Amino acid sequence: MTLSTTSNFADPDAAYRLIVEAHRGLSDEQSAALDAALVLTLANHIGDLGVLREAVELAKRGVVGEG
Amino acid sequence: MAPAAFGYRRHPDQDRHDPARHPVVVVGAGPVGLSLSIDLAQRGQSVVLLDDADRIGEGSRAICFSKRSLEVWDRLGVADRMLDKGVIWQVGKIFLRDAMVYRFDLLPESGHKMPAFINLQQYYAEAFLLDRVQQLPAIDLRWRNKVTGLAQHNDHAVLTIATPDGEYRLAADYVVACDGARSALRGLVGAEFEGEVFEDQFLIADVKMQAEFPTERWFWFDPPFHSGQSALLHRQPDNVWRIDLQIGADADAAVERQPENVRPRIERMLGHGDFSFEWISVYKFQCRRMQRLLHSRVIFAGDSAHQVSPFGARGANSGLEDGENLAWKLDLVLRGKAGAALLSSYDVERGQAADDNIRASTRSTDFIAPHSAQERRLRGAVLQLAKEADFAKRMVNAGRLSVPSVYDSPLSTPDAEAWAGGPKPGASMIDAPLARTDGAACYLSDAFVAAGRGFTLLHAANGAALPDGVGEIRIGRDAPLRDNAGHFAQRYDASPGAAYLLRPDGYVAARFKQPTPAALDAALARARGQA
Repeated sequence: MTLSTTSNFADPDAAYRLIVEAHRGLSDEQSAALDAALVLTLANHIGDLGVLREAVELAKRGVVGEG
Repeated sequence: MAPAAFGYRRHPDQDRHDPARHPVVVVGAGPVGLSLSIDLAQRGQSVVLLDDADRIGEGSRAICFSKRSLEVWDRLGVADRMLDKGVIWQVGKIFLRDAMVYRFDLLPESGHKMPAFINLQQYYAEAFLLDRVQQLPAIDLRWRNKVTGLAQHNDHAVLTIATPDGEYRLAADYVVACDGARSALRGLVGAEFEGEVFEDQFLIADVKMQAEFPTERWFWFDPPFHSGQSALLHRQPDNVWRIDLQIGADADAAVERQPENVRPRIERMLGHGDFSFEWISVYKFQCRRMQRLLHSRVIFAGDSAHQVSPFGARGANSGLEDGENLAWKLDLVLRGKAGAALLSSYDVERGQAADDNIRASTRSTDFIAPHSAQERRLRGAVLQLAKEADFAKRMVNAGRLSVPSVYDSPLSTPDAEAWAGGPKPGASMIDAPLARTDGAACYLSDAFVAAGRGFTLLHAANGAALPDGVGEIRIGRDAPLRDNAGHFAQRYDASPGAAYLLRPDGYVAARFKQPTPAALDAALARARGQA
């Protein structure tokens, strides 16, 4: 399996909104902790080390740029 | 454009001791009140239209009018002028810093009479609507008539109205409040206006200049010329360009709106100073609505009933949809052909639309102006990922532009059969190109107007018997209208015999693969609020 980056939600705005609302009212530190827990939960749901590795690479390119 | 001024004239109603009684008084001669009055007049109603000012033309205000609004205006006989003057567009581009991350096309298919959007200063729209009003003797437009009081009775309401000659009173079976965001009537019925006020401020400048930008909606997150904030550029007629710059919650609006302070911001954006100002304003946005749109004999439509942020063009457009939804219902009620149930469907349907618009507009505004460091990071991640991942492009939200609402309505008859496509009951009709028997091209939307703008049976030939008082659009090889290109069949999943019952506002009330007279009668009664 490879990482799917096509849009999978019928209503992507609703998915984004759900995550935004999960963070409302949290401190910055609590938000970081929520994100960490979310990442681990969703990674387990995917259950594929190859896909997870691709996702990590995609996300990391955006944060640290292309080597 | 210089503001057009209209004179106050004393009306004989002002000399009466007892208030004159009228079937319907519309308060507010903005785009919604004008359009609603025209619609009611075209349906044979006499309308008194009041406005507290005596002029139009102050500021461009609303500029984006949707396909749906143009279809409404086409039915009111004013779309041609709007189209001639307006700037037609359908493509939007979104930039992060100086790189494009997403492009959208609001009308990728052909065969529609109306374009996805036009940009047109609100004062032009109002001027064209006013010209149409002047052609309709059934509309009695009274300038500098300001509503100051309201008394509700069982079967009518009495307004107190202040004029340059003093106060007088008017009685009406129904009053429609199209008097805008600061509605006096909303205060007079004592209704709450509930929702969210956004802290971020936006500077809106309409500038006149010669420019070569394409006719597209351009939106920037964190542009080089306006670091850390958002910006919007959009063309209007007369070489006027709408520029909208986010300036944050802490900006001092009184300082920011001074032309000498706006000028350097715009120069940084354009890279030159060769422009003049048409209009400058500093805005804070609100997303809120009245809980109920009906208050006994007073009915609210447009900004008086609901407000949204402008990202999505859902303000004036939703108000025009309110007006169209209300006009035919009020007409049937005033004729005694329908009762309170039909009017309450206005509250149900347009209340749902207000909720949808507020939801979409709140999401956009929150994306453009994040509430916290975390929301800013989330948005940053979406924008960064959007450079290479399709899913993230779809989450970039710089405004979801107005599309016709879909109603979960008591007036709709649920489908009894399986349909592979086409507008569902509660959805708006979709336009399609057709041909007359002589080969001349026309549109389905033209056929709807020609059929009388009442309840209309749209059917593929072999069709059903027509219930009394229902107009007809018949399409097929041996019918008055031909579907040579097959667009109608495809857009309506229309096999021979298929029939759509359209409401007077062009919404689908019911549809059948092979309608029976009994099924059509039942659907018609339900759509009139009689079931």
